[in-house]
Formats: sequence, structure tokens, C-alpha cells
Amino acid sequence: MNDLSRKTVVGVDVGGTFTDLFFLDEAAGTCGVAKVPSTKPDQSQGIRGGIAEGGVELGAIGTIVHGTTVGTNALLERNGARTGVITTTGFRDVLEMRRRDRPQTWGLWGSFDPVVPRDLRLEVDERVLADGSVHTPVDPEAVKAAARTLLERGAESVCVFFVNAYANDANEKIALEAVKQVWPNPHVTASSVILPEIREFERGSTASLNAYLQPPVGNYLERLENGLREGGFGGQVLIVQSNGGVMSAEVARALPVRTALSGPAAGVIAGAYIAAAAGEPNIITCDMGGTSFDVSLVADGENALSAQTSIDFGMVVRTPMIEITTIGAGGGSIASVDRGGLLQVGPESAGSDPGPVCYGLGNKRPTVTDANVVMGRINAARPIGGKLARLDVEAAKEAIRVHVADPLGIEVMEAAEAIVRVANAKMAGAIRLVSIERGHDPKSFTAMPFGGGGALHTGALIKEVGLARALVPRYPGVTSALGCVIADMRHDRVQTLNTLLDALDVAALNKAVDEIVAEAEGLLSGANVVFEGVERMVEFDMLYLGQTHTVSVPVPDAMTGGSAALDVAKIRAAFEAAYRSAFGSLLEGIGIRVMNLRVAVIGKRPKFDLALLAPAAGGSVEASRTGERKIWFDGQWWDSPVYDRLSLPVGAEVPGPAVLEQADTTILVDPDLKGTVDSYGNFVIARKG
Amino acid sequence: MADLDPVTLAVLKGRLEQIADEMDATLFRSAFNPIIAEAHDASHGLYHATTGETLVQGKSGLPIFVGAMSFAVKAVIDKFGAEGISEGDVFIFNDPYEGGTHLSDFKLVQPFYRDGELFCFLASVGHWHDVGGNVPGNYNPVATESFQEGMMIPPVKLFSKGEMRTDVVDILKANSRLPGSLYGDLNGQINALRLGNERLHALLDEYGAGTVAGAMTELRDRAGQLMRSLIKDMPDGRYSADDFLDNDGIHDEPLRIALDIVIEGEKMVLDFSRTSPACDGPVNISRSTAIASCYVALKHVFKDVPANAGVLAPIEFVIPEGSLLSVSAPKPVGGYTETILRIIDTVFVALSTAAPERVNGCAYGTINALSLAGHRKDGRRWVMFSFFGGGHGGNPKGDGLNHGNAPISTATIPPMEILEAAYPVRFTQWALRPDSGGAGRHRGGLGAVYEIELLEEKADVFLFGERGRFAPKGVVGGGSAALNKFTYEQADGDHVPPMASKMVGIKLKKGQKVRLETPGGGGYGDVLERDPAAVAEDVRLGYVSAEAAKETYRTIIAADGSVDAAATEILRAESAQ
Repeated sequence: MNDLSRKTVVGVDVGGTFTDLFFLDEAAGTCGVAKVPSTKPDQSQGIRGGIAEGGVELGAIGTIVHGTTVGTNALLERNGARTGVITTTGFRDVLEMRRRDRPQTWGLWGSFDPVVPRDLRLEVDERVLADGSVHTPVDPEAVKAAARTLLERGAESVCVFFVNAYANDANEKIALEAVKQVWPNPHVTASSVILPEIREFERGSTASLNAYLQPPVGNYLERLENGLREGGFGGQVLIVQSNGGVMSAEVARALPVRTALSGPAAGVIAGAYIAAAAGEPNIITCDMGGTSFDVSLVADGENALSAQTSIDFGMVVRTPMIEITTIGAGGGSIASVDRGGLLQVGPESAGSDPGPVCYGLGNKRPTVTDANVVMGRINAARPIGGKLARLDVEAAKEAIRVHVADPLGIEVMEAAEAIVRVANAKMAGAIRLVSIERGHDPKSFTAMPFGGGGALHTGALIKEVGLARALVPRYPGVTSALGCVIADMRHDRVQTLNTLLDALDVAALNKAVDEIVAEAEGLLSGANVVFEGVERMVEFDMLYLGQTHTVSVPVPDAMTGGSAALDVAKIRAAFEAAYRSAFGSLLEGIGIRVMNLRVAVIGKRPKFDLALLAPAAGGSVEASRTGERKIWFDGQWWDSPVYDRLSLPVGAEVPGPAVLEQADTTILVDPDLKGTVDSYGNFVIARKG
Repeated sequence: MADLDPVTLAVLKGRLEQIADEMDATLFRSAFNPIIAEAHDASHGLYHATTGETLVQGKSGLPIFVGAMSFAVKAVIDKFGAEGISEGDVFIFNDPYEGGTHLSDFKLVQPFYRDGELFCFLASVGHWHDVGGNVPGNYNPVATESFQEGMMIPPVKLFSKGEMRTDVVDILKANSRLPGSLYGDLNGQINALRLGNERLHALLDEYGAGTVAGAMTELRDRAGQLMRSLIKDMPDGRYSADDFLDNDGIHDEPLRIALDIVIEGEKMVLDFSRTSPACDGPVNISRSTAIASCYVALKHVFKDVPANAGVLAPIEFVIPEGSLLSVSAPKPVGGYTETILRIIDTVFVALSTAAPERVNGCAYGTINALSLAGHRKDGRRWVMFSFFGGGHGGNPKGDGLNHGNAPISTATIPPMEILEAAYPVRFTQWALRPDSGGAGRHRGGLGAVYEIELLEEKADVFLFGERGRFAPKGVVGGGSAALNKFTYEQADGDHVPPMASKMVGIKLKKGQKVRLETPGGGGYGDVLERDPAAVAEDVRLGYVSAEAAKETYRTIIAADGSVDAAATEILRAESAQ
């Protein structure tokens, strides 16, 4: 990788265990990957180490695109900044009261500690009504006094959050300016700046979590950029957002809440792109980690976006994000037999520390990984990750015997297979539910496994769900890093309108859209990134009067000649089309309400030809064969050839049973399946015959 | 039948649950009304061909339906018998005396045939937006007969041998204020049954009918085995709990809900004999609803028991005819939520002696249905109707949840900004209510204060709530939570309803307010065992007042907010004597 020119783009995904990097030099037509241990607490060290490992000079890099978990971890581990909230009199508990929910359906033992404790939520007199009129003006001096109290109580960042600020942000703006006059750092947020959308809890939660993340994410990015620049880096750092688009590091410092699902989003983006190149518009990405199995659906090449997510109970973030469904079935999921004599797998997990029994780090209860090791599906002599020299097969066997085989009265091997079957059934169930909730038949989808463990289970998923095939990308372990390289730059804006369609002020609306587009395009051009083109999408959340749930209404012809050209007829037609497609029929004679305006501006970044990833010419299936081992399938041992995955040539056919190994992934081909290397280096698994 | 291998059994358990989950997902996606689409007030499952017992139930449906649905299937079997049921039939009804809950819940029951033989039933229940009656939305707090609560449809055929009976659909639509919504929800439920039918056939194709039938029986037996072993863990004995409803909204007299649990080895009897007789107001419930609510309570206590009939196999219910908990038509049942919440509380309290490590203090225990309605200047009618939240009980692991939803539901509350945007009201407070959680080693979660000002010229207000006279109890020595309190403003000042938390016909004028202060949850464990530092933290955060810290928690907080350890020790020692 020493011959890379100044045009190198580097994708970086920092996970809990590894920092993955993907290097692309378009001019030279070369690419490469690197994987180094993640560094804690300062992830930026690992990134610089990874770049060095890739053999690339910092000065030769034009753009670094980064999927980060700094924000996610700060939320999950509750180590964001000490944050204060200044809010409307009577409403300081909104953040703590949530939407009156509970953590689980069954059992009433949950509790919730908001990231901003009650004594850091201060009230000031002010009030805006739902129609936007100012009922009580805000006194800037009262706001300053509240800010000073928060500072005395140790707050490092602050969020101004007033009710109905979506309808009129005047009071919030006055308060924001007042706070800025006394606040010693730039960590000041207002709810109407972050999310001018109706629903006080969701807006307040998103904005206060943004404030909570500003210091840690901002400090991290500053450290990263400084370190890179000191090393001679002169390019741009871009950050992947939860919506799958990237933003500049500067925007990320102001809006860190948009990085809540940064890493996983990049993986899905890569999945969609790889699959589209391979001629598969409908895929379900499956990322199997130590504790969870993440599923995301791409239909007709489009990622499913959800409007909000809950990072943990009550920690609601409402910004568009790639929809990822997580179930508790990972390599570390623990198998047990309940008092009724039924085999259960998960949701309890041994995680990665102490991890499965075979790691020998203290856990004695068998996991899915232990079952895979016992069945020879994972190579005990060559564990992935390089942390351990080898895996303890006998300990794994013993754990399965004691905790599963004996209680069920079956043999150890049968028990190991049962554990994997039950885990597979759970994963298959997640895939089916995700497709049905979106109105798709799962049979028309292709599975795309990535992450370390996914490719061990795809064969079973093909059979359980009835999927046509599975496509294992060439570098499944660095999919998210690859996604960083190809992600577009995207800025989403929302504004609540809450008006009857017939009473819509079209001129004001078109002006508002133009302003939002201009602002977002300013962010694009200010980022010094090359785009192939810019896409602008206008959508409304709409509903019939009397309903409370909205329908998402894209207006395809909203812009003409670069400016907004919306009218009532166009919006009505779009609503009726969207409603009919969702519910089959319209409700005649009932008024229509326009709740929110949503605008997305997308700077299309140049894509690279995935054929770059394909294996070099030459090589043969035989030459790629590195050995043979016994693998347990369907109640018996099978002598299964082992291949070096990366040296298999294009067009190579591998009938099951077989195992393909590469540095960070093991791919299993069941006896009744076969795999083929396509022209991009993907390994496509399908039924025999 | 031959022993089913344990691996196939574990896989089939997941596959069967998956069918019910997919039925849930289908209805949630296609339902018209938000009560189903957003609050998930619906449920699906598979039921036994001859007994109607629950075989499998979806995970995402409303908790209270999990126990009630088998009664709906049983009602169809009882009425039509084996000869009256054919392949391609779908039955529909909302009779709450046979099928449980209230008139808003429409049940669709479909026999599932395999090779010409009845294999099992599939069923779907959903809460429809409007089913007629005196009040839009069907929550009539002064109903004395079910006729005032809505239309009542006994089990009838919606489909006969595959043909939809459009005349039945016409009758349903003609009896609702929102026929379009009704038709949309009905179709959503039909779609869910159709999908369940397809999925179950596919599963039988794959595994064979005998194997799946065997698995269903086995799963039920094992659930029973699990429940028996849980019962056996508890010491034999008689465990009693008495609680009260404030009144029935018609006569201002308390109604007793009394439970005696008798545990003997692996058997448990839930005996409600000492409960008050049926009343004139709408807080009666049918026997099936009573049993369903016990199931909800048990599943909150024993979280890991599966959702099938086996769980109830070792449990006997004693609910005498004519009891408040076993009424028949036309006794009004529209306010059933209050009564079943009280049943759940008595189960928690009774079991707290038998299994203190498994229970929690009572939750806030009332749905608090509050309605403000009137006409706008242009004559349009508006109705703001919502349920409000409260605290959950303290538990062995920690303090109770602040502002949670009711144990029978998973519904969330609408945002106040949505309410203010839709109705001429202004909330002046939406806050936690200090000192509302029951004291204890682990404090009950806090209830809430909601204060609402009217912005239009006038409005009619009604409230249907409970816990205005009898507070949610603590367990294992924990204290009670605060009472529910409703205040409404009139020209001459603030008033409280004569029947505590129930009142209709309140006339509100512009600028006047109503104020609802909801209960927290009951405490867990002796208050003297509460860590004084936790009390100081509660005072610092304003969950507990300094006065209550001293009087109730026997903890002295110094001027700087820290615990005065010496003074606290003396005070607690005195209290312990």
C-alpha cells in the first residue's frame, strides 16, 4: 500500500474490539484493508495506528470518513457531560416522565434515571401556545440567573427546552442568546435548533442528549483532528450519521446526537451498495456480534429509515436513522434448560468478556460460540481476533454436557446442534418480522452477513426463512469501514407545520423549503468534498383529521429548477398515493392535516467500482485449499475441506460441506448448499442443484 | 404419542410464537385506529380445538388479552358446537360476558382445518374506535346497563364456509359513529387471520400435523410443570389481601375486592368469595375478565412463565355467581379497568407474604379517564379524552418507576403538545408529584400532577378514576402511596368531586382549571431500612420533602443537605421501639 497518491480516501470504523480501516485510491485503482485493536479511552490512537498499519502516509490522504461509537458509548455507559436544562415553568419533569411507558411488558421492576438529574433542570417563566402566539415572554435576566445556577452546580453543557418551541422559537432564541452571554464554552443547545418538531418529550430528549454528547464527542473529534494534522494530514474528516449519510466534523461537534448509530449505519450502506452492484436490490443485512444480532432491510436498493430510536429505556433520539432491529442472539448468548425442561438460548449473554466457555476467561455456561466450536464450525486452533492462542474445545463440551445435554437426556453433539438450531430459529424469526412489518415477502430477499459471526449461520437462515441465497461480501469484517468510503453526505431537516392542507400557505412553505435547501447546500459546499450531484427530497408527515398517526408522504416533483414548486394539489395527490399504498383505500370527505415538513439534501459522493475488490487473476480452488477438518452437520461428522477465502478465484465453485477462512471471518457451507465467487469477489451461497 | 425430541420442541415453540407475533405485526401495520396501531390494544393466538385453551399467544399484544382470549374461543365452541362449525367460517362478537373485557373489543375466531379435520382455532382481538352507545369512544362512567355502553354482538358468523356475510358487516357499520375506521380495523383483523392460517399450514407441511399437535400439548404440559414448581417454592398456607374500590359511580359506597390465596404443595387456589356483590355502576366484570386479570398479575410476578393455558392448570379459581367479579348481561362493565387493576393489586399483596422476593408494591391503580369536551366558536365539537399515568411500586431490586403505564396495558400517553395543538386547552403543569410514592426500603415511584386550563368559552368535564379513598398499598412492610386527587375550579373556588375520583357534568368556563394528582406506587420493605443517604438524595432532588424525610423516613437532613447521622440514628431507634 505504499504507492497510494494524495487522493486516498480512508474509511474508519471503530468498534468495541477492533478498529477497521478501508483504503481506497481511485486514481491508482487500488484498495486495501487494515484491522488493529481499538484503543481506550482514546480511540484516535487506534485510528492513527491503523493508518500506519495500512502503510499510508497521512499527507497522502484526502478524506477520512469515520463511523464512530464515541457518542453511542457515552449514552450506553452514561458518561456524557454533566448537563443542565432550562425549561418552561411547570415542565421540568418532562424528560423524566417520558411518554408514560415501562421497560418491559411483563414485570414491573424497571426504573429510569434521566441523563439530566432533577436538580439540573431549572424552570423559567415563559410560555408559547400551540398556535405559536407568545402567552408569556421570557425574561433574559431570569435565564441568565438559571444558567449561573447550573454552572454553580457543575454543569458543563446546557440545553434550552421550552414547550411549543416547534410552533414559535422566539422565546427559545432569546433564552439561547442569554445563556451564551454567561456560558463559558460553546456547549449550548436549544430544542428548536436540534429538532423543531412537535412532541415535547422526543424533542427535549433529543436536544438534551445532544447537549450531553457535545463535550465528549467534540473533545474526541478535536483530539483526532489535531493528532492527524500533527502527523501531516491536510484533508477533511467526515463523520457518518445515523441516517447513513456523512457530515463534516464541524457539524458533528454541534450535532453529536446524529452519530448515535453511526457505525452500524455505515455497514448497512455498504451492504446496499455491494448488493446493488451484484444485482441484488433486496437484501437483509445480518450483523452478528457477541451479544446481539442486528438486522436491517434494504428493499429496491433503499435503506429503511426510522424516525427515532431508543438507545436505552427512555433515552429517545429522534433523528432519521437507518432502521436496525436488534435481537438478543449473538455468539455469547447463553444456552440453558428451564424448569419446564425447555431449551432456551439467550437473552442472557456472556458477551465478549468473560465470553464463551471456550475462551477460558471464567464463564462456565455454554454459549452459541461454544456450540460452534464443539461442532468444528469454528477453528479452535485459529481463533478470530488474535486475542487468544486457541479455544478450549473440551471445556466447551463439558459445559454443554452439564447444562444442556444431561438435563435434556441427549448426547453432547446433539445438544450442541440443538443450541445452534434454536439460535438460528430466533434469527430467522427476526428476519421474517422485519420483512412483514415493512410489508415484504422475505422469500424475495438475499441475506448479507457481516461481522465476525454472521457467515456461520447464513446457510441455516436460507433454509429457515426460505431466502433465495446469501451473499458474503469479500471483506465482511470491514464492511462498515467500506460503507464509510461510499456514504453520501446527507442533511435532514424537519419543521412542524400542523395546519390543514386546504389552509396551507404555499408561498411561505416554498420559501421555507428553499431556505432549508440553501442552508443544507451551504453545509455541503463548506465541507470541501467532491460531489457527483446533489439530490433534494421533500416529504411531509400527514394524516386525516382525527387520526394521531401520520403517513410519510414523499413529493417526487417538489423541486423544479433548484427551487421549491409545491402546491396544494401536488401535496394532496402525493398524500392520497401514499395513503392508498399503506391502507388500500382513502377516507373520503375527511379533512387532511399537514403535520411536519421534512427535507433531505444529499450530496452524492463518487462511488468506486467494486470490481477493485475482486481477487486477482490466477489461482484455483485446489490451490486455495488449506486443509480439511471434521464438521458436525445434521447429526453426523463430515470431512469438510477448508479454503483460504481470499485466494479463491472469480468463478470458483465450492460445494458443501466446506469452510472458508479469512482473517476475521469464518464462512460455513452446509452439505446441501454450494457457494460461488462472483466477479466482485463476493461469495454467493445457494442451494445445490 | 411418542416422546417429542427436546430439540424439535424448542424449535417449534419459537416457530409457533412467531406465527402469533406475525399476526400481531400484520394488524398493527394495517389497523385504522391509533388505539390498535399505536397503543397495540389487540392480540392474537392459537387455541385448542375442543377446549379453547390458549396454546400460543403473541408477545406484542395487550397484556390483559393474554388471559381473556381463550374465553372468547370457548364462547364460540359452546354456542355452535362441533356440527355448527365448518371450514372457512370466521366468527365475530364483542359480548364481554362471554369473551371478557368490554364492548369495544371485537373478537374474530377462526377454526383452522387440516385435511378436513379441525386442528385448532386462530383468534384476533382488537379495540375498535367506536361501537355506538351513549358516549363517543364508549367510556360511559354513569352507565347502569350495557345498552348505554355500546352495541352488543353475540358470536355470529362473519364468514360462512369462506363467504363473507356482508349483511353482518352492514349491521356493524350502522352501529358505529366511525364506520370507516371500523371497516379498516375489521379488514386488518381478517388479514391477520389469513396470514396466521397460511403460516400454520406451512409449519404443518414442514413438521407434520402430528408433531406440531404433540408439541402444543407438550408445551402446555411443561408450562404447567413450570408453574407447579414455582408454586411449590412458596410455603403452604393461606395468604389474604383486601382492597377497595372507592365506589361504583352511582352509590357512594366502597366495594370490597378480597382475595384468599391458598397454596398447598403444587396447587394454588385464588378465592374471591369475600368480594362484594355486583353493583349498579360500570365497575362490574365478567368471570372471564377476572381470571384474565389474575393471569396478568401472575405473569408480572413470575415473568418467565409462557403465555399458554398450562400456566393456569395448577390454579383453581373461586368466584361466586352474583359477585362483582362474575356478572352477566346487562350489568355494565365499561369501567372494567379499575376493577381488574384492583384484582392485580390484591394478587401482589397476597403473594408478598408467600414470595416476598418476587413481588413489588402496588402500582398507581387507576386509569384516570379524563374528558374535556365542548364546541368551538365555529360550532365544531371537540373531545379531549385521555388516560393518565402514575408510579410503579418499589421492588426487591430498587425504587419504583416514576410515571409508568398501567400493568394491564403498554399504551403510552399522548404528548401535551399534540393535545394543545388539537384542543383548546393549555397545560399549566405536567410534572412529577413529590411525596406521592409509598415509603419503604425501596420507595414507590412518583405519580404525576397534570393541570389543565380551558381556553374556549366553556366545556363539559368528566373523570372516571379510582384510588381517591383507598391508596395503593406497599408490601413487605412498605408504606402506601398518596391518594388520587382531582380538583376543578369554579367561580367560587376549587372543588373536589363528592365521589372522590368520579364525576360527570362538570361545567368549566374559560380560564378555569382542572387538576389531576395521581398516586405513586406502594413502597417495598421497612422504611427504617432505607439508606439515609438515599433519603437525602430524594430530598435534594425533590422527590421527597424534608418534612416527609423526618416524619415518614425518620431521617434528619442537615442544612447542607447531608444526613445528620447521629440524629437519624436516635430517631430511628425510637421509631423501632
